[in-house]
Amino acid sequence: MSLIELQDVSVRLGGHQALSHVSLTIAPGEIVTVVGPNGSGKTTLLRCIIGAVEPQSGAVRRQPGLRIGYVPQTLAIDPTLPMTAGRFLGLPHRRPARDITEALIHAGADGLAQRQLSALSGGQFRRVLLARALLERPALLILDEPTTGLDQPGSAAFYRRIEQVRRELGCAVLMVSHELHVVMSASDRVICLNVHVCCNGTPDVVASAPEYRALFGSGTGGALALYRHDHTHSHDDGAASPPHDPPHESGHSHGPDCTHTHTTGAPH
Amino acid sequence: MLDDFLMRATLAGIGVALAAGPLGCFVVWRRMAYFGDATSHAAILGIALSLALSLPVFAGAMAVALIMALIVSGLSGRGIAIDTMLGVLAHSALAFGLVAVSFLQGVRLDLMAYLFGDILAVSRGDLMVIWGGAALVLGLLYWRWSALLTATLGPDLAYACGVNPRREQLVLTVALAVVVAVAIKVVGVLLIAALLIVPAAAARPLSRTPEIMALLAAGFGAASALIGLRLSYLQDTPAGPTIICVAAILFALTNLAGMVMRRRA
Repeated sequence: MSLIELQDVSVRLGGHQALSHVSLTIAPGEIVTVVGPNGSGKTTLLRCIIGAVEPQSGAVRRQPGLRIGYVPQTLAIDPTLPMTAGRFLGLPHRRPARDITEALIHAGADGLAQRQLSALSGGQFRRVLLARALLERPALLILDEPTTGLDQPGSAAFYRRIEQVRRELGCAVLMVSHELHVVMSASDRVICLNVHVCCNGTPDVVASAPEYRALFGSGTGGALALYRHDHTHSHDDGAASPPHDPPHESGHSHGPDCTHTHTTGAPH
Repeated sequence: MLDDFLMRATLAGIGVALAAGPLGCFVVWRRMAYFGDATSHAAILGIALSLALSLPVFAGAMAVALIMALIVSGLSGRGIAIDTMLGVLAHSALAFGLVAVSFLQGVRLDLMAYLFGDILAVSRGDLMVIWGGAALVLGLLYWRWSALLTATLGPDLAYACGVNPRREQLVLTVALAVVVAVAIKVVGVLLIAALLIVPAAAARPLSRTPEIMALLAAGFGAASALIGLRLSYLQDTPAGPTIICVAAILFALTNLAGMVMRRRA
């Protein structure tokens, strides 16, 4: 039974077509990444799934009682609103202090409970947002460009944390990302979106699809270069790094007819 | 004790301030200051209509304020330049109201009482309406508190956890119309927005959480009403504006204190 099922969903926003005949499903425990150029409807797709946008046609089906943890791309906290990270985690449902502390530790934001949200750095704020989403004990974790504004090591660490959260909670993860190298290394499935679904499949299949290359340039070369680059330097918190399987071989290149798999070895 | 006009005035001022403080926090957090202006200025039109139709002033003011608030809140989701729109609505509502009042023949109308309040003329009946309205608003805010805060943080965040931000917006809209209606007698339509915003802004530098800010805003509002009325009695100044002056001085003091504390930290 899938957590989310979209059937032939179309959305019009402000007179232009934001999504056109999109169908997809999210199964329990899988990591699905949505890629696509600016204005391709990625955020609209997520907003549709959380119920913030009503589709003009088609159907969005959520598993009954589905708990969604949502990490928005940005959250502009008005400076007139005093809010500690701890209080923020208790919205909209009050939580025991122990659960809040635990969620902050889980998200790598321990010790921030008493800090004002406005005083947090970009990376700290992301982790607090993640902690709040984890408090829902979600079956589906939704992240909208979760590493916007983070530097390379910061975003690599963030994605490793997502991977770890998925292992520990067993939740499915749906995220929007611009970072193709991450998509290739950390997803079970990639959906390439440009108002409609261009292609959909395991990262290597999508990367070699002509529709994908039409959107993102010449083949997998660019993505793979970035991907390898990501692992040529060491990370300060390497302990959290999940095992990569298969190990990255240097020097091989993906041709258009390349068929070897390149998925991560995380257990499902 | 309610026979004393000064006692009735004090109770009326405190009642309105207790409701306006916490509601004013949402007005500040959601940047709805002009929204408050538009709603309260529309009330003068309601007053003119209810006098023309011989209806209770309170009901007329609340009805027109509510209609205005619903219009504004409906427009706000549609990508119209809301700042300009609110400016247009707030000031034209006031102008139309004043023109409408001038058409009223044979009604001896003390316009100043509606523009700046007439707190010393609060009757027992007014007092019941004021405390009833204030209790209703505080009850609404208490009931919807978490959902209102979540919707204030962001509509998508609210949707994702099953809170409908449009419903919460409606709760605030209704609460605003009620406060406007009960505050006319106390500070008049021109200064209602001040009673909402100034105590909340005074509470901000001393608050770590939204709850503390709401409680402090209610406290500062009530203190302003108490001190303002006393000053107005001693110095023979208009009561409503004096209350707002006290609130403004509290705002200046707490914000100065906040700046000093931040400098030290």
